[in-house]
Amino acid sequence: MSSATEPEIIVGSINQEPLTSSGSAPKQAETIKLSTDRLNFHYGSYHALHEISLSFYTNRITALIGPSGCGKSTFLRTLNRISETIRHTRIDGRITLDGEDVLALDVTNLRRRVGMVFQRPNPFPKSIFDNVAYGVRVNGLARGTSVRDVVEKSLRRAALWDEVKDKLHQTAHALSGGQQQRLCIARALAVDPEVLLLDEPCSALDPIATAKIEDLLFTLKDDCTIVIVTHNMQQAARVADNTGFFLMGKLIEFDQTEVIFKNPAAKETEDYITGRFG
Amino acid sequence: MLRRRKIVNGVMLSLTGVCTVFVVGVLFIILGYLFWNGARYLSVDFFTKLPTPVGESGGGMANAIVGSGKLLLLATLIGVPFGFLGGVYLAEFGTGIFPSMVRYMTDLLNGVPSIVIGIFAYGIVVAPMHHFSTLAGGMALGVMMVPIALRTTEEFLRGVPQSLREGAMALGASKARTIATVVIPAAIKGILSGMMLDLARVAGETAPLLFTSLGNTFWSSGWDKPTAALPVMIYTYAISPYDDWHRQAWAAGFVLLALVLLVNVVARLVLAKTSHA
Amino acid sequence: MSAAPTALPRSRVSEFAAKLRAGDQLAYMLTLVCAASIFLVTCLLVYELWLGSALTRHKFGWDFILSSTWDPVKEDFGAVPFMFGTVVTSFVSLLISVPIGLGAAIFLSEMALPSISDTLTFLIELLAAVPSVIYGLLGIFLLVPVLESAVVPALKGVFGFLPIFSGPFYGVSIFSASVVLAIMIVPFIISVSREVLLAVPVDQREAALSLGATKWETTWQVVVPYASRGIYGSIFLALARALGETMAVTMVIGNTSKVQASLLAPGNSIASVIANQFNEATSDVYISALIELGLVLFAITIIINGVARIMILTTGDKVGK
Repeated sequence: MSSATEPEIIVGSINQEPLTSSGSAPKQAETIKLSTDRLNFHYGSYHALHEISLSFYTNRITALIGPSGCGKSTFLRTLNRISETIRHTRIDGRITLDGEDVLALDVTNLRRRVGMVFQRPNPFPKSIFDNVAYGVRVNGLARGTSVRDVVEKSLRRAALWDEVKDKLHQTAHALSGGQQQRLCIARALAVDPEVLLLDEPCSALDPIATAKIEDLLFTLKDDCTIVIVTHNMQQAARVADNTGFFLMGKLIEFDQTEVIFKNPAAKETEDYITGRFG
Repeated sequence: MLRRRKIVNGVMLSLTGVCTVFVVGVLFIILGYLFWNGARYLSVDFFTKLPTPVGESGGGMANAIVGSGKLLLLATLIGVPFGFLGGVYLAEFGTGIFPSMVRYMTDLLNGVPSIVIGIFAYGIVVAPMHHFSTLAGGMALGVMMVPIALRTTEEFLRGVPQSLREGAMALGASKARTIATVVIPAAIKGILSGMMLDLARVAGETAPLLFTSLGNTFWSSGWDKPTAALPVMIYTYAISPYDDWHRQAWAAGFVLLALVLLVNVVARLVLAKTSHA
Repeated sequence: MSAAPTALPRSRVSEFAAKLRAGDQLAYMLTLVCAASIFLVTCLLVYELWLGSALTRHKFGWDFILSSTWDPVKEDFGAVPFMFGTVVTSFVSLLISVPIGLGAAIFLSEMALPSISDTLTFLIELLAAVPSVIYGLLGIFLLVPVLESAVVPALKGVFGFLPIFSGPFYGVSIFSASVVLAIMIVPFIISVSREVLLAVPVDQREAALSLGATKWETTWQVVVPYASRGIYGSIFLALARALGETMAVTMVIGNTSKVQASLLAPGNSIASVIANQFNEATSDVYISALIELGLVLFAITIIINGVARIMILTTGDKVGK
């Protein structure tokens, strides 16, 4: 694996052989917020992820792309250890958050710092207000009136405030699919996460709702490091600073988005981008 | 703060485990105590002798065993045909408001307390006949069997894929023939298991017999005389002041529970194997 | 095809078709009659209850459910002591069985390995198959002595100042009946609650966990509320069973037709007084009174069962399953 002495874009590879990309020197010094080092993942005896080494840069949006079943969602779910809710799974290797070993951290605390938005909107059977406030209350992050401030702030960040400010105490299920997903984003933002993981957040939404969420991500990255799994390549090209391409549980290539899409180093990447499969 | 939440987490989740252990423990205590006491007092006499007069020791419950058998036979003869055919109706012919009402009435009838069914049978059979009888008891139990028999039949018939029916009818079989020769056989395992569970349930019923078949210290011939039944004997003997009768009540309880549980376990295992939603 | 038809003569064709249809028709009619018999039986049941209670309905009118006197000698009958007994035993049995049952259901759905959960649920459901008279038998000879020697003294020690735990305890009592009932209905609560909890979508749990909630917080604040309607339904179902339960209650409740403040005193439920006194009812009025009690019980259980059914069917509805 190639790496320089300064933090720079690291390119993963199939057979552990370095694979250089062309002209990929970063424009400014980047810090790594979250990274994995030789991550392996097993479902029972099935080896789902192989030696994934990858870095997510602070305040950047990283997209993970690849065909169905390539492991990108599985990988995402190891980052906040939500994969542990399924029995007989095993993570081997290192995951590091700000230099700390994620696997050794208290998992409840970790999940507050690394938030997740799911593929299908999954608001709780509570009011809009209580949905957003849930994480705040359960973690004891604010009390009384300040809860309301946090809720408003989060709904504004999720570009949903104007649409719901008059019906905060109505049930979340009265909202449309796109609104519910933005609500889930607001809910995740309310606990002020350092990293936000999004697992194909727009796959159940129409194009207009999708566009709203993509716009949202640009504003969010200033406060947050974002990792988004998507099987929509155009989406990755639109929003992501860096992109990683997964295939069959392995990270084939990782680079600036421009490079991945215009000048990919690996043949598999090129085949996928040009639509020869997946 | 996080520590406190973690402690609460651990305590509450452990408590749920405690609740489970408690409930399962109660089950084992019930079964254990009953089987231990029952087996102790079981004897050949129990199965072969008639009860002795009040206060005397010895004797058995042969007449109660036979009596229960007769009552259950009658209950089956009444409950199964109506329940089964009614279920066929709902599954094969039933759309619209009438079938929905039948379903509602069935659930209604199922929820009626067994003692009220006893009052019903009293009014229908005992009062006109001016005496208690096996017939009345069998009728009460039969009425109790119908709702479950009906719902079970309907459920399992509905579980048979439509393609099976269509296949038969495409070959020229009439609807009646299809039902009889294709649909019912496909569902028969589940239906029979359900019927067995139903029978096991009414086998243990006491309340509806208290003022229908009443009880009898002797053999009861025919169907128009009162008869002893196992559950009623357990009740009568248990609340009596005689130790010997208490012992016999344990023995009877053992026999009754063993039979009921055996049927339940077998039927449920069979049901679990059938592909059933 | 020649002009002259070589097919069967018309009459035989239609005869054949008629027979075919008749086979179907016969099946239809036969099964319809059986299904309709449910109607018949239920209507007949209500009719019998109505007719059988006519004497006392006319004699007492609404006073029957307002009076707390039950005096067969003076032929003055009132349902209050038994409605009281039924309501109190059912209520107390729920107080005992709901927390324990819900706790076990949570354990079985959220904590236990699926194979263990299935096995334990199977065993617990067997409890529901034990006949009432057997619970009564165990109630008299096992439970009551345990209550007498250990549980009630402890209760009296801590709570003896309360009126509900005042007075002597002779074994048979409202309290004993409530405990037996609790044991009898807990399997229903566990079975249904476990199923509705298992049906809560996985991503609800994942969403809560991803916000940094602990497993208990997730379960209690998200999963259980999601399934709440079904859980309430299971409670109503259990209640419906408790209200109609006869033998076990009869054997440990004490057969006393009086309203008393203490749970430790003997009493009677509607079902148990009918069971205890029906065969001793000497006069027509007496029998009519007991039948009217049956009518009251019938009405109560219909309502509760109906509510239970609706709740279980609509669990998760407000959140769109």
